[in-house]
Amino acid sequence: MIHAENLTKRFGDLTAVDHVSLDVREGEVFGFLGPNGAGKTTTVRMLSGLISKSAGSAVVAGCEVGKEADALRLREQIGILPENVGLYEGSSAYENLEYFGQLHRMDPTALRSNIERLLRTMDLWEKKDVRVETFSKGMKQKLAIARTLVHDPVLLFLDEPTANLDPEAAKMVRETILALRRERRTIFLNTHNLDEAQRVCDRVGILRTRLLTVGSPRELEAGLHGRRTVVRLERATETLARAVQDRIGPRPVEVSGDRLLIDVEDPDRENPEIAAAIVAAGGRILELTQPSASLEEVYLKLVHEGAAGS
Amino acid sequence: MRLSQAWVVARHELRQLRQRRGILVGLIAFPVGVGLGFPALVDLQLVPHGGPDPGSWAPMYLNAFAFWFVIGAASLPTTIASYSIVGEKVSKSLEPLLATPTTDGEILLGKALGALLPTLFAMWLGAALYQGLIDVGTVGAFGYLYYPNWQMAVELFVAAPLVALVAIEASVIISSRVTDFRSAQQYASVLLLPMIIIYVAAEIVLPLNAVNLLLLSGIFALVALALYRVSLRAFRRDEILTRWK
Ligand SMILES: Nc1ncnc2c1ncn2[C@@H]1O[C@H](COP(=O)(O)OP(=O)(O)OP(=O)(O)O)[C@@H](O)[C@H]1O
Ligand SMILES: [Mg+2]
Repeated sequence: MIHAENLTKRFGDLTAVDHVSLDVREGEVFGFLGPNGAGKTTTVRMLSGLISKSAGSAVVAGCEVGKEADALRLREQIGILPENVGLYEGSSAYENLEYFGQLHRMDPTALRSNIERLLRTMDLWEKKDVRVETFSKGMKQKLAIARTLVHDPVLLFLDEPTANLDPEAAKMVRETILALRRERRTIFLNTHNLDEAQRVCDRVGILRTRLLTVGSPRELEAGLHGRRTVVRLERATETLARAVQDRIGPRPVEVSGDRLLIDVEDPDRENPEIAAAIVAAGGRILELTQPSASLEEVYLKLVHEGAAGS
Repeated sequence: MRLSQAWVVARHELRQLRQRRGILVGLIAFPVGVGLGFPALVDLQLVPHGGPDPGSWAPMYLNAFAFWFVIGAASLPTTIASYSIVGEKVSKSLEPLLATPTTDGEILLGKALGALLPTLFAMWLGAALYQGLIDVGTVGAFGYLYYPNWQMAVELFVAAPLVALVAIEASVIISSRVTDFRSAQQYASVLLLPMIIIYVAAEIVLPLNAVNLLLLSGIFALVALALYRVSLRAFRRDEILTRWK
């Protein structure tokens, strides 16, 4: 759905986005993580053809980004929720959606039914004729999401949809995103909320001007420390450590308090062997776990390395 | 350029206008004021008490007064256009608008129509009032109906639309550089200066007859053409999202 190669944006001397290459598949929710100023918004604006790119290429929804002939067709197929919702505050919820449907040249009957369906899903139908300026932030955000959906886009760009919302409103919006994911819409989600990324994204990319890594939240978590099995024992000893090494081969095994910390390659194959070796050597296992780093740890580590590297 | 797409934008602009009471008041007050005020002056004061043979000297006044409909066409749309653009800037609604399958030119044309149509409508309505009342008050003294005439026709259908277009284009350019409505208005008010100069000059060197008005309109048309290019450049989406403050 999105294929970008070496996408780069420079503002004068400042390189805001540097050689970003990524792929987003149809039907997936792709989280784009990064600290303030990482270039998330700039990337989205480039991918949606709102601003020009300095270098690189991208194909989005079958349209070549930056090609004049593809520009309108690209914008027909995507929906963008910008950082600032930018609703017409003096107009009603209905009028806001209607205007955007008309700009997308929708058939009036289809538009009317889409607006009703969306406003009902967002719990805003009762307020359809109320001026937007009286809405709460969460309601405005939901209305803005409805606006990005009014023309049934195949691809959605959501730029920090839960930023500046109170926890309840953020939850409301997150549930909306999850519902869209169930409809198998492709979503490109900018966020710096890691918890949110973990909960709603199939894959995430971490950006700090350059793209630092891409993978599913699980892959990223597993990738940080390599894999490690932790065995809590009644008493951990060097004898038990050696017994484990004899069984699974020369691996780093560390004794730490009442625990053995063992680096493993294939936990599903090796963990039963580890347990058997310990039991055979007379050890008593209280707990055997495979802890992983949180996405937050991965994020912080990469972002700091990225800062040190640049 | 798809006119239907520009028309969607224009309709939205006209709907937004209903929410801006200050602009609406101006749109009504100006033509009604000019359309009632000048006839009152002419019919009740100048013609009955201004001296013998009004048919020989009164038309000069009438032509000067009628030029106010051109001045109005230069001033009213600046408020509408600056409000429309600066307003979207403040509410950050330009980005979602630019994300729709609408070209920059279509958005600009829509906004221009949204300012031009109500202005012309107001001017024409005021002018109808003005001409009717003048005719009623002067037909006895002149012995013929002064209006409609070519001078007024050129003014309303050639000069006023062109001047309004210039004013709108200038407002677009100004609005791209400023962040609040008040300063947009202040810069735009400078536009009135040449209008006032023409008005004053009319008394001395350049009688505002149909021919001279056509010549003036030619100049307006050239300025409109030049500003069209500049305003289109100021309104490129890349520019709006990355350079506009
Ligand atoms: N129009 C512009 N002119 C100059 N520099 C810009 C412009 N827009 C963005 N930048 C710079 O580009 C960099 C990336 O900005 P961008 O808004 O894409 O970051 P972001 O990841 O969206 O940040 P945030 O989380 O704060 O929204 C920043 O250093 C920013 O200052
Ligand atoms: Mg951003």
